[in-house]
Amino acid sequence: MTRDEIFGKVRNVLVDALAVDEDEVTGGASLVKDLGAESIDFLDIVFKLEQAFGFKIQQGELFPENVMQDPKYIKDGKVTADGLATLKSRLPHIDLTNFSANPEVGKLGALFTVDALVRFVEGKLKK
Amino acid sequence: MRWMWIDRVVELTPRRRLVAVKNVSLAEDHLHDHFPAETERGRPACPVMPGSLILEGMAQSAGILVGHAEGFRHKVILAKVSRAELTRDATPGVTLRYTATIARIDEAGASTLGVIEILDHGRPSEGFTPAGSVELMFSHLDHNMGGAGLPGEAFPAHNFVFGESFKTLLRTSGVAFTG
Repeated sequence: MTRDEIFGKVRNVLVDALAVDEDEVTGGASLVKDLGAESIDFLDIVFKLEQAFGFKIQQGELFPENVMQDPKYIKDGKVTADGLATLKSRLPHIDLTNFSANPEVGKLGALFTVDALVRFVEGKLKK
Repeated sequence: MRWMWIDRVVELTPRRRLVAVKNVSLAEDHLHDHFPAETERGRPACPVMPGSLILEGMAQSAGILVGHAEGFRHKVILAKVSRAELTRDATPGVTLRYTATIARIDEAGASTLGVIEILDHGRPSEGFTPAGSVELMFSHLDHNMGGAGLPGEAFPAHNFVFGESFKTLLRTSGVAFTG
């Protein structure tokens, strides 16, 4: 499957799950900030990606559910070095380069972009 | 008013499908407010079951199916109405039939597909005819707090979702409550 084909399917999933227009779903669009995703939508997106691509996604594989609730990984509203390392190893599809300089928890949501989902699917399909 | 919007579970295939029925009765208070007569405009009363309550009936049907799948261990919360289409009015005297199927279920939650049909007892030969479809998402609250707080916080340990009313409904429908 080409990257464009993956993008097309991911876009369909997001249009369906978030009731957004196709042209809103650009590569750099953040799921939360730009497309209005709420917490429960992430579960919906996981289910719909599984359906669209025919693979299983384990809890915490796509979004960092458990990391953000662990006090070891969060201190004073920022992700600790331990937390960053964990995020990096568990979520290789997320680009943490700029975030690492000032890892405020509140800014983490913005990293979950449409491109991140496409990278995630690409990684899963290669396995 | 008891918050039960189905009368009986008539079919249950564990983890797959549940069928429930609801008889719409003019004795239900809400039908007298939805919609009352407007005498000054010369409009007679028009009792129809609100769409939101039809959705609730489907949510209860699908919720029982999802809860039953794990022995009612989880707190099954309706998290999202992904899609809903209602094509006919449910008026007093009709029977609604909810057929819910599980599309996906895991530790975090479940998504369900649902079909709504109506039996008009004034036209029994037509049988149940389509009246809409509803796709729902449920969250297992203990496993997917979804911003509602940290595990163990804010929500009691006992299963407040499947309370006495649900247990009675299941018992009178012949469905074993194992939770």
